[in-house]
Amino acid sequence: MLDQLLQLVFNGLVTGSIFAIGAIGASLVWGVLRIGNFAHGDYMALGAFTTFTANVLLGLPLVVSALLGVAATSLFAVLAHQLVLKPMRGRGLTSVFIVTVGLAFVIRNTLFLVFGSGARRFDIDQAEVYVVGPIRMSPGQAITIVCALIAIGLVGWLLSSTNIGRSMRAVAENSDLAAVTGVDTDGLATITWLITGALAGLAGICLGLVQGTFDASFGAYTLFLIFTAVVLGGIGSAYGALGGGLALGLVMEVSTWDGFAGGLDPRYKLILAFIALILMLLVRPEGLFGKARIV
Amino acid sequence: MLEFWLFVLATAGIYTIFSLGLLVQFGIAGLPNFGNGAFMAISAYAMAISVVNGLPMWAAAPVGIGAAVLFGLLLAIPTVRLRSDYLAVATIAAGEIVRYLALNLQELTGGAAGTVNLLGPGIAADYNSSWLRFQSGVRGLISNLVGQRVPSDVAFIAILWPVALLLLAAVWYMVRSPWGRTLRAIREDETAVAALGKDVFAYKLQAFSVGAALAGVAGLFFAWQVSSFSPDDFRPTLTFYAFVIVILGGKTNVWAVPVGAVLFAGIFAGTRFLDFWPLSVFASGDRAYLRLVLVGLGLIVLVIWRPQGIFGNRREDALET
Repeated sequence: MLDQLLQLVFNGLVTGSIFAIGAIGASLVWGVLRIGNFAHGDYMALGAFTTFTANVLLGLPLVVSALLGVAATSLFAVLAHQLVLKPMRGRGLTSVFIVTVGLAFVIRNTLFLVFGSGARRFDIDQAEVYVVGPIRMSPGQAITIVCALIAIGLVGWLLSSTNIGRSMRAVAENSDLAAVTGVDTDGLATITWLITGALAGLAGICLGLVQGTFDASFGAYTLFLIFTAVVLGGIGSAYGALGGGLALGLVMEVSTWDGFAGGLDPRYKLILAFIALILMLLVRPEGLFGKARIV
Repeated sequence: MLEFWLFVLATAGIYTIFSLGLLVQFGIAGLPNFGNGAFMAISAYAMAISVVNGLPMWAAAPVGIGAAVLFGLLLAIPTVRLRSDYLAVATIAAGEIVRYLALNLQELTGGAAGTVNLLGPGIAADYNSSWLRFQSGVRGLISNLVGQRVPSDVAFIAILWPVALLLLAAVWYMVRSPWGRTLRAIREDETAVAALGKDVFAYKLQAFSVGAALAGVAGLFFAWQVSSFSPDDFRPTLTFYAFVIVILGGKTNVWAVPVGAVLFAGIFAGTRFLDFWPLSVFASGDRAYLRLVLVGLGLIVLVIWRPQGIFGNRREDALET
């Protein structure tokens, strides 16, 4: 039973890192640009499908394909920002949200039109299993752990040690004050989308690897878990999103452990996460770890 | 061609009632409720479950609407104070909770297989027979009147649209009443209205409940039109369609709702029934995706370039919230 717990903790850390990678970007745009991006899950799917195109249809190695997928999603996010979201500046939270709903429809159903509704998979040996002590991991899980460490390290460095990161945190804290003190909010928005798109693409690729198969709606199914991670960590806080993602992944997996009175029926995992999302929005929109402020 | 228009009118009638609810919540009161489809689901399920358990149809219908309003209040009491983007996310999440519960509480709802399993697998449950009897009565009446046998969809439309028009008139009246004016004022400046001594919270709850009740009515007609339904009929996209319809006509424009609904249902049915270029380029399975791409593009274009909709006036309907 202890072995089962260790395995669940490991699985939780893997799904948690995917939530974290996805949530950091979603949290940045929500906090810095004040866009609750309903299309975020579909950006993830876009990353997975561009990678799929390079990897399976063109036969490129997985690493190269993944880099292409990340770059493509990043570019798409910037493009969508320039064409669709930037014209919406100053137009109110609901209107912007509705535009992202439209964007989500366009991306998801274009992917369905192009790739069909069948399940897709990357060119990787799904049957292989690495055994490390009591833990069994799939190649997809191993890749996800490595990617998460690299991505989170990069983002952490960017936010803490570069001017871009400092401006970003300043805008998330108080955008008017930041603009007055000379932060280039226009350029910052583009860079925020560049990072967010790249992270969303990476999260989609990792999720596709861990799940094994995926279709064009698999990102959208994950969107509300990503939002839950964002809100748990406090909207706008990248470190919060990291913590929120890992915590959510761990709680969702470990709650099914037999040690908890037989474990929670896995069917109710999602419902619990959604209830947590609503409760957090109601009670602590500043996040579990955040300090209260007027939003 | 007749089949096409009957389908359009039946779908548009249901969407009219459903979107009217959203117009009150979102257009008038400024509450973007993206979980309104859940109220439709709750009403349909409450009605079907009541009928299967022996309640007559006329008693089960108010039970359905009542259940929708009750759930509306349950959701609204904690959430209507939220900032609008938080409200949007919280209401979608609530709608998804309802859908997942309906999927997983198989003993109560029949689960993924739908209401045909309401009495457990193996027994075909039927909540619809007294409605169909009523509908075929109306059909006989109309057939006598026009002197030839009409399709049963005609009877359905003949019951649905008078109800829809009645509700349209009622909402039109409510929107123009002092109650409606207060809600608009709340949408524009909550603090100012509170300073005048109005109970802002109570007004928001009322608007939310009206919307839930209208979604409940739409849910009943939807359930009666189909003979079995499942949780997947109430995906979040259902509510997004209603947003498209409301924004299309201008968000406070009551009489534009049926026009938007017919237009929307026409596009929807058009990609299903019609078969000419450029539609014929796409396989029929792909057209479902194509029309959702178009819906998404339409939504983006409308909100960015014509936020007041087709008929709306720029000053009030311009979606500045």
